[in-house]
Amino acid sequence: MEVITVKNIRKTFGASEILKDISFSVHTGEVLGIIGPSGSGKSTLLRCVTQLETVSDGTIKICGDTLVSGINADGRPNYADEATRRRIMLKIGLVFQNFNLFPHFNVMRNITEAQRLVLGTPKQQAEDTAVMLLEKIGLADKADLYPYQLSGGQQQRVSIARALALKPEVLCFDEPTSALDPELTGEILKVIRALAEEKMTMIVVTHEMAFARDLSNKIIFMDKGVIVEEGDAKEVINNPKNERTRAFLSKY
Amino acid sequence: MEKMLAAMMGGTVVSLEVFFLTLLFSLPLGLVITAGHMSKIAVVRIPVRIFMLIVRGTPLILQLIFIYFAPYYIFKLSYNRFTAAIIAFSINYACYFAEIYRGGIEAIPKGQYEASFVLGFTKAQTFFRIILPQVIKTIIPATGNEVITLVKDTALAQTIGVAELFRVAQTASSREFSTTPIFVAGVFYLIMNWAVTVGFDKLEKKLSYYR
Ligand SMILES: Nc1ncnc2c1ncn2[C@@H]1O[C@H](COP(=O)(O)OP(=O)(O)O)[C@@H](O)[C@H]1O
Ligand SMILES: [Mg+2]
Repeated sequence: MEVITVKNIRKTFGASEILKDISFSVHTGEVLGIIGPSGSGKSTLLRCVTQLETVSDGTIKICGDTLVSGINADGRPNYADEATRRRIMLKIGLVFQNFNLFPHFNVMRNITEAQRLVLGTPKQQAEDTAVMLLEKIGLADKADLYPYQLSGGQQQRVSIARALALKPEVLCFDEPTSALDPELTGEILKVIRALAEEKMTMIVVTHEMAFARDLSNKIIFMDKGVIVEEGDAKEVINNPKNERTRAFLSKY
Repeated sequence: MEKMLAAMMGGTVVSLEVFFLTLLFSLPLGLVITAGHMSKIAVVRIPVRIFMLIVRGTPLILQLIFIYFAPYYIFKLSYNRFTAAIIAFSINYACYFAEIYRGGIEAIPKGQYEASFVLGFTKAQTFFRIILPQVIKTIIPATGNEVITLVKDTALAQTIGVAELFRVAQTASSREFSTTPIFVAGVFYLIMNWAVTVGFDKLEKKLSYYR
């Protein structure tokens, strides 16, 4: 089943077109890797899918619901109503490059707050979910600490748990290891790999090429707002067809 | 001496009333003004900004006189001096607090809003649960300064005839041909501000559990 369908989306900021006619789809249990140079529009693409940005044109379908379909007569994108957009938002999670944990909440509350406020989960149940997730990410003993007391890698793991707590259908990662010291990237990649083994549907923007190759089913290489090459992960990374892809990969 | 101290206690009570009532009204009013100042709607934002410019750009003593006498000259309406003082102080301090709040709100990283949004928090939940608690922590020192100034500014209420501590001290001083009451008043203000300082230090400590 197609969990995410993106068709011909465009995104302009003022006069510059950042995303040009992007289409792709992600099926249940698949991992889509997105690679490409800085400024190619990878973050903007994830932000459009997670509703942090609105597209200028195109269609996005998530878990059977249509988020946006083309433009109206007035040239504005035709977005779904508030209720649908909210329903879609809860099905898709996002892990940020710089974690964005809530500094005034301890680890436990970072993971339980949205469950309680957004899903209305009872306190005990929300905490049980949090404990289960903390065990999974290897931070069971850190529940009472505040974000500033954790290493970057630990903070990022908590932010993954925070997103998972809402049981999303799809989880997106925007360069989850880029803000970390090299020796800390391993622990994040391990967590994402474990999620892939559980058949979590994911979109992962990353600069870790070996990781992208081994983890993803499919890879998209973006440059200057367009998909230059896409296909089987091992094919794209080991055997790039396009000149620009080859030039990009040669730097890694 | 005892009579003088009793009178000055009475004045202190009036000063404390001005102080607490001003805080009661200006702290929340400041939030409303900040919202107006930061509004995306120009017909809200521009008048609010002009209003803030006027209030912060003219002396409080002038505003006191204006608030008390303007209704009389325009509508032949006279009203309670104490009420006029509370109105003038509340508006004036609300504008200063608004400026502090705005700085605090703008210091919160965009990522906090974005994380709240993708987790599905409503705008109100985001503001009251995520943003405001962090804003309060950052603005405590600046707010403390402003509150200390307010303690001393309450003396200006005498301009429109409110018998607060300093007015009482001056009256006693001229009646007894002595500067002692003035100095005693000084000690009273000092004690009040010592209490304010201790209070804000406590608050700051209380919120130091995170960074
Ligand atoms: N809010 C914005 N306003 C204007 N330009 C933006 C905005 N966000 C991103 N851009 C531009 O869009 C381009 C793509 O950015 P981004 O999606 O962050 O790329 P990537 O994540 O691949 O590095 C960049 O040139 C960036 O300057
Ligand atoms: Mg990016």
